[in-house]
Amino acid sequence: MSQTRSHKTADQVVIAGSLRNTLMISLVGIALVLATLLYIVVRSYAAQIAQSTQDRILSASVTSILDAAAIRNGQVNVELPYASFSILSTQADDRLVYAVHQDGVFLTGYDTLAFRPQQPGDMQFYNSEFDSSEIRVAVATRRLVGTNQTALISVSIGQTRESLDGVLREISQNAALLGFGFFVLMTALSLWLTTRAIAPMTALAQSVQRRGPADLRLVQSPVPAEMAPLVGSLNVFMQRLEQSLNKSEEFIAEAAHRVRTPLAIVRTHAETTLQRVDRAENRQSMRTMIRAIDESSRAAGQLLDHAMITFRADHLEKQPLDLSELVQELVRSMIPVADMKDIALSVTTPDELVFDGDAILLRNAMRNLIDNAMKYAPMETEVEIHLTADPVAFAVLDRGPGFPSEEIETLAARFARGSNSSGMIGSGLGLTIAEDVAIAHGGRLDLRNRKEGGACATLQF
Amino acid sequence: MRNLAVLTLWLLASLCSPLLASEEKSLRWEDRRVFSNGTPTQRLTILSSTDAGYLAPLISEFVAQQEDFEIEYLVAGTAHIYDMVRSAPEVFDIVISSAMDLQIKLVNDGFAAPLEDINAPDWSVWRERLFGFTAEPASIVINKAALAHLPHLETRQDLISLLRAHPDLFRGKIATYDIRRSGLGYLFASQDARTSETYWRLTEVMGSLGTRLYCCSGAMIKEIVDGDILVAYNVLGSYATAQSAKHPQLEVIVPSDFAITMMRTVFVSKASAEPKAAGQFTSYMLDHFASQQGEGELELPSLLAAGNAEDRNIVPLEPSLMINLDRLKRRAFTEEWESAIIQ
Amino acid sequence: MKFLLVEDNYELAQAVSSRLHIDGHVVDHADKIEDAKTFSDTSEYDLILLDIMLPDGDGRSFLEHHRQRKRDTPVIVLTARSQVSDRISLLDLGADDYVTKPFDHAELQARCRAVLRRNQGSSQPKILFGDVSYDPVAAQMCVRETPVKLRNRELRLFELLINAPNQIFSKQKLCDRLFSYDEDVSENAIEVYIGRIRKHLDPSSVTISTHRGLGYRLELK
Repeated sequence: MSQTRSHKTADQVVIAGSLRNTLMISLVGIALVLATLLYIVVRSYAAQIAQSTQDRILSASVTSILDAAAIRNGQVNVELPYASFSILSTQADDRLVYAVHQDGVFLTGYDTLAFRPQQPGDMQFYNSEFDSSEIRVAVATRRLVGTNQTALISVSIGQTRESLDGVLREISQNAALLGFGFFVLMTALSLWLTTRAIAPMTALAQSVQRRGPADLRLVQSPVPAEMAPLVGSLNVFMQRLEQSLNKSEEFIAEAAHRVRTPLAIVRTHAETTLQRVDRAENRQSMRTMIRAIDESSRAAGQLLDHAMITFRADHLEKQPLDLSELVQELVRSMIPVADMKDIALSVTTPDELVFDGDAILLRNAMRNLIDNAMKYAPMETEVEIHLTADPVAFAVLDRGPGFPSEEIETLAARFARGSNSSGMIGSGLGLTIAEDVAIAHGGRLDLRNRKEGGACATLQF
Repeated sequence: MRNLAVLTLWLLASLCSPLLASEEKSLRWEDRRVFSNGTPTQRLTILSSTDAGYLAPLISEFVAQQEDFEIEYLVAGTAHIYDMVRSAPEVFDIVISSAMDLQIKLVNDGFAAPLEDINAPDWSVWRERLFGFTAEPASIVINKAALAHLPHLETRQDLISLLRAHPDLFRGKIATYDIRRSGLGYLFASQDARTSETYWRLTEVMGSLGTRLYCCSGAMIKEIVDGDILVAYNVLGSYATAQSAKHPQLEVIVPSDFAITMMRTVFVSKASAEPKAAGQFTSYMLDHFASQQGEGELELPSLLAAGNAEDRNIVPLEPSLMINLDRLKRRAFTEEWESAIIQ
Repeated sequence: MKFLLVEDNYELAQAVSSRLHIDGHVVDHADKIEDAKTFSDTSEYDLILLDIMLPDGDGRSFLEHHRQRKRDTPVIVLTARSQVSDRISLLDLGADDYVTKPFDHAELQARCRAVLRRNQGSSQPKILFGDVSYDPVAAQMCVRETPVKLRNRELRLFELLINAPNQIFSKQKLCDRLFSYDEDVSENAIEVYIGRIRKHLDPSSVTISTHRGLGYRLELK
């Protein structure tokens, strides 16, 4: 039973992740990171450039005012050049504020713009606020020298950042578009790459999957270097499997031969001897001997049959076959044995019944059921054998004692023998074999007792 | 200082009683008119430097369509407008002025609210808040009758030559803006000076002939009509053109060497209690001027009437106009101007 | 009958031969394929018993040789291999039947009879005793030329008796010959069969006599 179950679950592989998904997720993840990075870098670089552009214009404006300042007639004269403001015109009509301080004292402009003491010559930039708008301020100081006085003139010019923000928004959008495009491209590329990388593996898996269970040819088609160890191992494994399969079959055949031939010698000698001795106790012991030989040979035979059937069921190769013909032929070959016991075999089959299965396994299972029925059938009775097409079922009915009702469930279990089988030779494996074959063909073995007496064993497919 | 005192008084009054306030206002305003139709529930206050007559038809049309609104139209000088908006922005919903530099500064300093969905050429808009709606050149206006025997004026140089050739004829009979009192006058003068050196030579010639200084274009035109003045320099041509139908002796000359063209601008006060209605009116007004065909009586010249901005030398709506308003710059310019015009 | 036994195991060959001798058959024994071919080419046999694993090759090659020569002597294969693995190809190659070692002699006999019956090629004469005859191939008993229908075991019992008329067979011996060893049959069953046969023999000149304590004997009335 356990072997049957393991056969069913062999193709249910424990799955831990997917190579394809892992690769895909990694590549897409990398693409995402790169795209984000690209976006951030482009944006911040552009922001820097835009800011420095604004700073340069502000500084030019400040410089032009400072350059125009002079001390004339002992008086500080700061006349704002028209250009100092006109160069500050922007696309977004940014607002501007300015202030001129002389030695820290407010001279003209917006007195809300705070004075920042600083050394002459430096141009400084800082962010500030004006009427709740963010502004960028450039400030520089120049020392004016007159005939008998000096003055420190500071000019601050601030400008709102609306135009800059507009440019930044546009750049951000473009950078985002660029990043997104990059991401989409990378994702498409990843998909293509992943599919391509996985393709040989998929191809290999499919080609192995397409094979029949008995197809143990080596994988010949070229594979990428990374897969070579796997395919190599697979080939070696297949080779070993084929060898061991061949060995198994040979071993079973050889074992049968080795066991059966000596048993045949002993049995024939015993039988011959039995014909020659006359003393009752000698005859009795000869009979006992023959019976023991029969039991052991039958047990050995069924064990080997069972081994062979398990082996074949694990590598089940179904082929279309005519069940009717198979049953007819089987029954024909069993008639001489039935005749010996004066048991009639009656068989009904459809004209033709094509079925996908393993002929050897099916024949063996059916033979076991008929054997069983003949063993328990009383002399001069009939064993009925019915093959039906819809549903496909093979039933053997006898007029023997039937199955013990309390054991009917466990009867098919290995080595279980009916309690009323005392005196009958048999290992009990017959029903187990029949059930294994039925299961291997997707069916089951039904055992029941007939109302009119006798047993009915049915292989249901 | 006087302005400030008046304003303070007016502010106090307006806080005490609306009735009193309107009386006080009417005292200080050059003009005050209220437009309404039916039973208005909301009031829009427009502070403007444009004579009520030019916009009255438009406003009446608007209140006829929007019966909920009552529009109070106050007229004041551009410098007054600037001061009042700065000190009490919540009192006015819409501000109209011909002094572009002052308007720019008000907007720059955050007194205007943005208007969306306004369809106007880029050069006539600043910060989506300040909208130019007329294009009016500064002109030379003469009394045609009195100068009929003299060669026809076309450029500033012609004017200089004429004044030098007939100093006795023109002495005391030349008029121009007093840039200390008129924002528009200052704008015209500073733009003139920026554009050409001719301005200073002309100013000196005018100064040597005892030029009389005025606060407003209207006053100058009136003097010419009366014959007290023969030539007025840097007058708003649109006003003079409007008067010329009634007074054929007026001739408006747009100098052909170059013309300073200013835009009347409008913005909605950020402190307005009725921003939506104010926006609606502004939009209505801009549409009106954009679609205006021809120039009839009491019509202001449309922004789009004659070609694009570059061809007509329109003063650009730019923060660089704020240069003119710089205390030091203004002081220096005014000093230079005074020394030229007052001799 | 004349058998050719092809079997490389000498002891098994001896045992089978002597068992067949008891039943009155003649057996030629060959222990390799070459000998078997010579025997089958030179003599006529009623049946060939062929072991499948031989020292100089596979029994199948003999089968091929045999069938190529158009010999219709039936062949029963003695196989020690699993029924599962060999059966199909043996029958395909022209074996008539097969028996798996170790075999019940009664089963071997039954299969031999069945094969012979199918082939109709036996030269075995009918056995005559009085006005009763027995055809061992057709398994047919006739009383005064009239066929009598007997059950299989009755026939085999009668065959034993008519093969050695006037000889006494003990109940025990008959039991051993008629029933396989896994059957528990009382000797009373023999009495039942004897009784039935006697009924059929009533009109004939032959009868089965009972010899108390010894057994039964077929004799003329």
